[in-house]
Amino acid sequence: MLIKQAPDIRSSEITDERLYRNRRQFIQAASGAAMGAVAGATVLGQYGGALQAQEPIPNLQKSPFSTDEALNSYEDITTYNNFYEFGMDKGDPARYADEMTIAPWSVRVEGEMNKPAADVDIDDILRPHTLEERIYRLRCVEAWSMVVPWVGFPLGDLIKRFEPTSKANFVKFTTLYRPEEMRGQRSRTMEWPYVEGLRMDEALNPLAIIAVGVYGKTLLNQQGPPLRLVVPWKYGFKSIKSIAKIEFVEEQPRNSWNVSIPNEYGFYSNVNPEVDHPRWSQARHRPIGAFFRVPTLMFNGYADQVASLYDGMDLVRNY
Amino acid sequence: MRRLKPWVFAACLIPLGLLLWRGFTGGLTANPIEYITHRTGDWTLRFLLIALAITPLRRMTGWSGLAQFRRMLGLFAFFYATLHFSTYLVLDFFFAFDLILDDIVERRYVTAGFTGFVLLIPLALTSSQRMIRRLGGERWRRLHRLVYAAATAGVVHYLWLVKLDIRPPMVYAAILAVLLGVRLWFRFARARPGVTSGVDSSGGVPVDADPVR
Repeated sequence: MLIKQAPDIRSSEITDERLYRNRRQFIQAASGAAMGAVAGATVLGQYGGALQAQEPIPNLQKSPFSTDEALNSYEDITTYNNFYEFGMDKGDPARYADEMTIAPWSVRVEGEMNKPAADVDIDDILRPHTLEERIYRLRCVEAWSMVVPWVGFPLGDLIKRFEPTSKANFVKFTTLYRPEEMRGQRSRTMEWPYVEGLRMDEALNPLAIIAVGVYGKTLLNQQGPPLRLVVPWKYGFKSIKSIAKIEFVEEQPRNSWNVSIPNEYGFYSNVNPEVDHPRWSQARHRPIGAFFRVPTLMFNGYADQVASLYDGMDLVRNY
Repeated sequence: MRRLKPWVFAACLIPLGLLLWRGFTGGLTANPIEYITHRTGDWTLRFLLIALAITPLRRMTGWSGLAQFRRMLGLFAFFYATLHFSTYLVLDFFFAFDLILDDIVERRYVTAGFTGFVLLIPLALTSSQRMIRRLGGERWRRLHRLVYAAATAGVVHYLWLVKLDIRPPMVYAAILAVLLGVRLWFRFARARPGVTSGVDSSGGVPVDADPVR
């Protein structure tokens, strides 16, 4: 993948993180071996999935949108994932996502736009954009959260290149569909491929980004490379991974979770402590790595940037 | 036969041992509280089902020695249920009783789980030989039929909390259905004239009572 490099290379702030991760890996490998010898238990190998080599992304621009909250560890971010294309367990993506090939990669872009529909190579997608670090809170609909140092660029900048027309009211995203490499797609837990969507003004909001990396490195397979969406004011499942298709559409697309369980997951899925999931409260959540639950903030704390998008909207009905 | 009992007892502690091991080696995942909650919940249901399987197995195999494990397995179900509930009470909510009360009232899966746990309490309290004698066999037996409701509540609790894939809780539901169905079948088989059944259909305290104590 082509990653733009700016001339001066700063030393990364995450060296400690890498050391930390290596130590943890060593401990887990050692304990795994010991346990295997002792008990031969089947529960082992929870995080046996190998971490692949990654490309470092040097000299990232900082962003005023970044939070200064403490980051979650690289290990947490890359071993506790929801990516149902690889299984339903949080550890499944780390275990099985390396079965997916991400090169070559192109994104089909089509729909209500002035530019002709095209399969755009990943390098051509990335070339014009300056990558920046965006440290965002991520709030999962399951009532946990992380703080993730994404690397990416504004989704709006990408969208504008294709000159969507006035009929393009929504942007529809589709994940790669490749059951032979994505074992979760071989069972009919959801309708595949995974689909998500944003209203055009949501998509153009500067908080919405396309991410290509985390912690200054390209994304691991379990994180949805080479391109994934990050919309920090919405529940995590809106941030679709491994995007294979972007469409500009007139009608509101039906997103996969809405198709699966319509009364529990809506199109908007904004983080909202006042609108509970039918089966659990959204008023509080547990930050991963913290002991106590904390109150959930409206729009995940991004109300200043996004609340105006929903002026006059009934957020209980449009959950 | 009696020599097996300490081994079974030790085996029942393996799930706890694995949790502790993971706790000391950093293997409890990024969300340890959730992990502990899920594993102790899993083992509560498993021990409930194993305990409920004893009587049908005994009747089918005629191996009356099985009965001596029933109380222990039932108490281990309660043990893991207590760990499960304690995790929720202490680690998850840290005694925030107002929030817990809301949770129990408003979340139907919590309501179901809490109901199941509460139903197990009198069974654990009356599990001693002395309590069996004090209550009298018939009353004790009737009281301990609550375990059917507790196990059902536990499975429903699991079924209601899963986000999407109901196959794992359905496995538990299917096993429970078989175990309860077998009991019904025994009962009707015994009720039919001409069919003899050597043991009491409802679980038979005298047969099951631990001969050791």
